[in-house]
Amino acid sequence: MAAFFVSALFFKIVLVVLVFTITLVIAMYSTYGERKIAAVMQDRVGPDRAGPWGILQPLADGGKFFMKEEIIPATSNKFLFILGPSLAMLTALMTSAVIPWGPNITINGTLVPLQVADINVGILYVLGIVSLGVYGVMIGGWASNNKFSLLGAIRASSQMISYELAMGLAIIALLMVTGSLSLNHIVTQQSAWHGMRWNIIFQPLGFFLFIICAFAETNRAPFDLPECETELIGGYHTEYSSMKLGMYLFSEYINMFVSSAIMATLYFGGYNFPYIDKLAEVMNANLVSLIAVGVFFAKIFIFIFIFMWVRWTLPRFRYDQLMRLGWQVLIPLSILNIVLTGGGILFIQNLFK
Amino acid sequence: MQLTNRSKKVDTHALQGMEKTYLPGILKGMAITFKHMFKKVPTIRYPEVKKPFSSVWRGVHILKRDENGAERCTACGLCALACPAEAITMEAAERKPNEVGLYREEKYAAKYEINMLRCIFCGLCEEACPKEAIFLSNSIASANYDRGTFIYGKDKLVEPVTPPSEHVNVFEEGYRKQWMKLKK
Ligand code: SF4
Ligand code: SF4
Repeated sequence: MAAFFVSALFFKIVLVVLVFTITLVIAMYSTYGERKIAAVMQDRVGPDRAGPWGILQPLADGGKFFMKEEIIPATSNKFLFILGPSLAMLTALMTSAVIPWGPNITINGTLVPLQVADINVGILYVLGIVSLGVYGVMIGGWASNNKFSLLGAIRASSQMISYELAMGLAIIALLMVTGSLSLNHIVTQQSAWHGMRWNIIFQPLGFFLFIICAFAETNRAPFDLPECETELIGGYHTEYSSMKLGMYLFSEYINMFVSSAIMATLYFGGYNFPYIDKLAEVMNANLVSLIAVGVFFAKIFIFIFIFMWVRWTLPRFRYDQLMRLGWQVLIPLSILNIVLTGGGILFIQNLFK
Repeated sequence: MQLTNRSKKVDTHALQGMEKTYLPGILKGMAITFKHMFKKVPTIRYPEVKKPFSSVWRGVHILKRDENGAERCTACGLCALACPAEAITMEAAERKPNEVGLYREEKYAAKYEINMLRCIFCGLCEEACPKEAIFLSNSIASANYDRGTFIYGKDKLVEPVTPPSEHVNVFEEGYRKQWMKLKK
């Protein structure tokens, strides 16, 4: 029994380290991907000097960030100034704990779930951590003791609060369909119909609302008002330099990765792919699991691509447009979505009575 | 007056119906950016690939040698006088009897400097020269971190004496002679 626990713990630790590393590497290469995608969309070449096709560019950027001079403004609150980016990074990384990366695999007879923590309130955990993320921005902006930073931070927090409401309401409609808060359970549900019972079929409007809110929550264009250069210099990170600035920028990419993962989990069947059950009958279960993980990552990459595609297409919203969209369009729409979903569920229940 | 047929009329109508949701506009924009991903990239990757200069391109100066490989410049100073940017300075010297093969005229430029940071590459020096000694070539003054390196002396300006096999020039014969002399 003790041996079982030790091996389970070992696999857990390996998984944690793996998820951590993969998250960081993907976030790192998202910066490269972003620049490359921006380049091809603008008929340019993009970074291509560091290594073949510029694939060492993220390392060069990182090295440069570390070697830059570290400036902490004299009038700032030093403790909070350092806490800001740390918090942003921490909250960005914490979310990935509840994402189910793939079906269980068996190693030496031990069942290893490819999910760090299967908590039964997974979605609530995600929402909670995401809303903590605004503290990183808010504290950083406030501690800088700079009007532009503070304005950026205030914008960030009001934007987050406005869009979190719509996001929460969109998720409520999803929960009415799934009847469970556990991400693992939600994904297993979607493996029905030969792995094609994806929630997007029942919640197209909900997904649409969710993706808009995800853009706003990650402070990505067209909702990147907190760091709007033309109005606020650098927004909340105006005073930051060196790796502390790097942390802020990096946490944005991690957030993007994690929210892509969550969108894929909630609406696009997680690691399920069409005819996964038929494949499992003819192939080794572990192999199928690995393919499923690959499929999941492919879905994530598609979402990351959409994030970038939108960023390099749309101009930034004006602040009043942002607020109007959040409060007057998205929230009423998500309430309508809840009503429609409830009506649909009642209708189907009565139909099969 | 219409100059081209490409001008577009400014559309200021108020947004209506679906347009108010911005969605048609957003989708249209995204389709445009997506299409651009498959367009040919017009970039020329500079250090590896170089765009050929126009035949009348005015680049870094070159001080020519004559058909015998002797320097053509006689240090008359007309180029310096013509230069609107006052980029050229020189010091004249008298040719020794044993230097006949090196300098074409009795008087030659012992020092000849062009400040590439001042030069505007107008080509007036080339036009002023009575001896056809200075020309603007088709290479460019390369970038550097140090200001001092932009003052090009004779070491950089005078046409190099290259082995005939590498050399493609109307003065080829003169170079071969010079090269043979140097090799001995
Ligand atoms: S190119 Fe014009 S500016 Fe340059 S050295 Fe000759 S005359 Fe002067
Ligand atoms: S380059 Fe021509 S114009 Fe200038 S000093 Fe020499 S001979 Fe005279």
